[in-house]
Amino acid sequence: MVNLIIDGKPIKVEEHTTILEAARQNGIDIPTLCFLKGVNAMGDCRMCIVEIEGRRGFVPSCIQTAEEGMVVRTNSPEILEARKIILDLILSNHHQDCLTCTRNGNCELQDLCVKFNVKKIEYKGEMTEHEIDDKSPAIVRDFNKCLLCRRCVATCKNVQKIGAIDCTERGFNSCVSTTYDSSLNDVDCTFCGQCIEACPCGALKEKEYTDDVWEKLKDPDVYTVVQTAPAVRVAIGEEFGMPIGTNAKGKMVTALKNIGFDKVFDTNTGADFTIMEEATEFVERLQNGGTLPMITSCSPGWVRFAEKNYPDLLGHLSSCKSPHQMFGAIIKSYFAQKYEIPAEKICVVSVMPCIAKKYEASREEMEVDGLRDVDYVITTRELARMIKQANIDFVNLEDGNFDDPMGEATGAGAIFGTTGGVMEAALRTAADVLEGKDLQKIEYEQVRGEKGIKEATLNIAGKELKIVVASGLANARKIMDQIKAGKADYHFVEIMACPGGCVVGGGQPIKNSKTRATVDVRKLRADALYSIDEASTIRKSHENPALKQIYKEFFGKPGEEKAHKYLHTHYTPKAKYNI
Amino acid sequence: MKTFEEIQKIREETRKLLDLRVNTKADTREKHILVCHGTGCTSSKSPKIIENFRRILEEKGITNVRVIQTGCFGLCAKGPIVIIRPEDTFYAHVKPEDCEEIINTHIIEGKKVERLLCKDIDGRVVERLDELNFYKKQKRIALKNCGVIDPENIDEYIAFDGYKALYKVLTEMSREDVIKCVTDSGLRGRGGAGFPTGKKWQFTYIEESEQKYVVCNADEGDPGAFMDRSILEGDPHSIIESMAIAGYTIGANQGYIYVRAEYPIAVHRLRVAIEQAREYGLLGDNIFGIGFKFNLDIRLGAGAFVCGEETALLESIEGKRGQPRLKPPYPAHMGLFGKPTLINNVETYANITRIILNGAEWYASIGTEKSKGTKVFALGGNVNNVGLVEVPMGTTLREIVFDIGGGIPNGRAFKAAQTGGPSGGCIPAENLDTPIDYESLAQIGSMMGSGGLIVMDETKCMVDIARFYLDFTVSESCGKCTPCRIGTKRMLEILTRMCEGNGTLEDIDKLEKLAVNIKKTSVCGLGQTAPNPVLSTLRYFKDEYLEHVKDKKCRAGYCKNLCSIVIDKDKCKGCHLCAKNCPVNAIKGEIKQPHEIDQTKCIKCNTCADKCPFKAIYKATI
Repeated sequence: MVNLIIDGKPIKVEEHTTILEAARQNGIDIPTLCFLKGVNAMGDCRMCIVEIEGRRGFVPSCIQTAEEGMVVRTNSPEILEARKIILDLILSNHHQDCLTCTRNGNCELQDLCVKFNVKKIEYKGEMTEHEIDDKSPAIVRDFNKCLLCRRCVATCKNVQKIGAIDCTERGFNSCVSTTYDSSLNDVDCTFCGQCIEACPCGALKEKEYTDDVWEKLKDPDVYTVVQTAPAVRVAIGEEFGMPIGTNAKGKMVTALKNIGFDKVFDTNTGADFTIMEEATEFVERLQNGGTLPMITSCSPGWVRFAEKNYPDLLGHLSSCKSPHQMFGAIIKSYFAQKYEIPAEKICVVSVMPCIAKKYEASREEMEVDGLRDVDYVITTRELARMIKQANIDFVNLEDGNFDDPMGEATGAGAIFGTTGGVMEAALRTAADVLEGKDLQKIEYEQVRGEKGIKEATLNIAGKELKIVVASGLANARKIMDQIKAGKADYHFVEIMACPGGCVVGGGQPIKNSKTRATVDVRKLRADALYSIDEASTIRKSHENPALKQIYKEFFGKPGEEKAHKYLHTHYTPKAKYNI
Repeated sequence: MKTFEEIQKIREETRKLLDLRVNTKADTREKHILVCHGTGCTSSKSPKIIENFRRILEEKGITNVRVIQTGCFGLCAKGPIVIIRPEDTFYAHVKPEDCEEIINTHIIEGKKVERLLCKDIDGRVVERLDELNFYKKQKRIALKNCGVIDPENIDEYIAFDGYKALYKVLTEMSREDVIKCVTDSGLRGRGGAGFPTGKKWQFTYIEESEQKYVVCNADEGDPGAFMDRSILEGDPHSIIESMAIAGYTIGANQGYIYVRAEYPIAVHRLRVAIEQAREYGLLGDNIFGIGFKFNLDIRLGAGAFVCGEETALLESIEGKRGQPRLKPPYPAHMGLFGKPTLINNVETYANITRIILNGAEWYASIGTEKSKGTKVFALGGNVNNVGLVEVPMGTTLREIVFDIGGGIPNGRAFKAAQTGGPSGGCIPAENLDTPIDYESLAQIGSMMGSGGLIVMDETKCMVDIARFYLDFTVSESCGKCTPCRIGTKRMLEILTRMCEGNGTLEDIDKLEKLAVNIKKTSVCGLGQTAPNPVLSTLRYFKDEYLEHVKDKKCRAGYCKNLCSIVIDKDKCKGCHLCAKNCPVNAIKGEIKQPHEIDQTKCIKCNTCADKCPFKAIYKATI
């Protein structure tokens, strides 16, 4: 333990604790900007500077560790003045169109301005000008708002180990950019969107489609169908002040109905279809000597990563479309026919916790008979904006239910939203198929939890199955390198692009640095999904009655011709850069 | 690979031949024509001079005269410089076409070429180098071999005790002995900050690691500074030898010299020197055949000023974007590739061999109580003897500027001296008697820096000088931390406003407040010292700032918007020469009648004043 004094208060902390942590543990707050726990601690922005007795100059508290006998001041008039000047300088080169900014109201820079009582900008001067990059279908970069905190760079480079963005130019002209300043669309960006989650302000945001969706809702000739991914329901409430990890499914459904969608469906049912197809594919590969290990393909950021980085290994990816794409195809085929709605009049909107889904929906392959599977993908954040726009008092809504016939989903579909969930859901079905009976075993603890790579060996139908779950692209790379080197003896691999899975996907409500430092957001949201699963009466995808009905009426058997036409896709090697 | 005995043999034999370089009375029929091949003289065609000398000597069949390329002699103002030994005749401003005459008159006829002999500031003709006031107060330790030996000939370096210190260290001294010697010498880092070198060595020595590194910081970047370049160009082996000594001491067998690519001559000489040292086994796996291993490689910098900051330099060697790391950890603990690393500047290393050979006591006897030894300065600006000087610590600024530098040209008055480059400050006339050492300079708001010393006369505007240095810092900031990235830019904008006549009184306060805070909040030395030129000029020349913003006046007549060119009607004879030469047709007037300048058109280029035969045109502060 280390003893030190902060603002006159004697404090005892564990060794290697930073001054920032030590202060916060003891009720003393220090403002930060570039600091993001576990991601970025460089001390560059200088917002968290403190005074240490005997030291020349001010010291960034986010990296300086507490030392025995240290005497620290966090709020002397000199420190307050220095911090205010730092903030002033940042503001002097920040395009302040706050009122029309996506992050209005959830912006760490705004928070600092309030905290520092900023009334005017003292050091006005030349501002850097950057073109907005909105070429990709998923991410918009507006570096006129960038604060150069580099949280996005650290996320991309150190967490995801992609490095699509980094700092270029020098001095005042420094900016975060890509290879040859190309669009994110043309470089090795996977559209995982974790950079957006890391951005303290509006420099990085999703490509927004809410206006397009409103247009469709307005049009009486369009039949609007919305579907929501499992992870959305356990996060949407946060945008309305509900605690992190609240399952707001009922209110979300009611809100969507109030907004005016003709049908509100649950992507979890789509997930059940994915499991049916994927488990069948896996059993098929296992029994007939197909390419193993088989790797899940429901995370489009991961798929783009694989196409760009491991073009030779694409045969390992399951040919299954992701749940919302399958579901889109089902809506425009089975549903349209059954309810006699012209498929071309249907507009499918997917509400996703994901940025890459926007890209996925735009992929050429994602259509059947000239009909796009999904027309628009909006994120959890965009849905929240639509609900606010519609003046809906979300918190006080009554709970509603998803529409039939495809509203009924299993617990297996729900856990798709967290790392390990797809694997667990697939195992529930695959094990039953392999064993040829309804197994009691439902929960696979080995694949749960926050670890980036989770391995397990299971004994199913007298056969040892080696599985692995990886979340985050840095971990995906490790697994893929093993496979490439022929050193992997796995049978089944689950990969999700975002570290922790969809619950903390790039489209989820953005938590500020302080929340991320103190709360395990991933765990709270994932726990909510596991609770949904636990509370479900049906917890295996293949037991979903709606799904059985649809196979019976429309697709025939999983993996067969018709199912393949609508529910499967293919992958093509892609150049890392199109420059 | 050569043993010490073989090296010793080379030393003795070569030294006999080279006695004439240092002994004017040397009993020899041979003569050496030494031609400066430093960067300054090279750009004034000294390679052509060397070529001409060699060609003419060959044509005339003269065999007892050798032409030697050397490093910088120091008195760049007189370049290209040719010195003939052993008599030590000093020819200044030599042109390639003068070679024939020098050979005919000096070599063949034995007479001096009077017209090329160097003249001191007082007009006195000097025949020998050491008669010049410029050299009288200097003490050359780091520059000992510069201008004496051929830097591309390892034998010449060996002749003047080269690689003797390395042998001494390897055979007679323990690693602790070396650290004690360096510590006792009182040597401090010559890169600018003045950290005790012995301590740095000690810190790296005590680290336990399989791999350690020795790095030489040759990323000299201050505007106007060329001390390190001159050492590398004139005596590259001294750096190699000292780095090997450092390697032995701290336990490293790999070294890197990080040198800027804009120093092609220095890079070339280093490459040649490393190659020769390898050939002789003075670098490699078995130095002197006694089992010590030390290898050395060059890494070229792309010219970013911030890479002179030690951690940014390490990042750059590692192939990353050149920007500073956070300290601690210091390089001694976690440096290059995460390993303990000793990093010293060129001039610091240049002192090491001399300290080892002459002893710590000898070195500590030179200089002041806290600043030992000598310091090399690149003397530039409005001073007669522009060049490279090495003086004992404690020499006053007045001695450097007036005794060594020969004072201010054109009869103008001294206004200020700038030390420490963009990190330093401006020293006014009232501080001319400040002894030059680390503490004294810091006390008057400047710093030693790496050794740039720029003299300014009364025609220099101090607000503009501050603006100039900020302009430099702004373009050299790496952009990592907020205060340096945006703050220096805002300071520059305020200073530019002032120089253009748009500054306000409030701007002065804002400038000062920003400067003070940038110093306290920046990540690295660049940002922490960037405001120094502003703060020191605000301290000593506040009146000029006030004049700029209140009276819209630049007393030096330097800021164009704050002065005007005026024709004195009483003196003007109406010759019309000014009007003819005015590039913007701003001058009107009838022949033989006083002329007038249209101030709305005038661009203040001063061409008219320069052309006026009657001195009727002058610059007036508005």
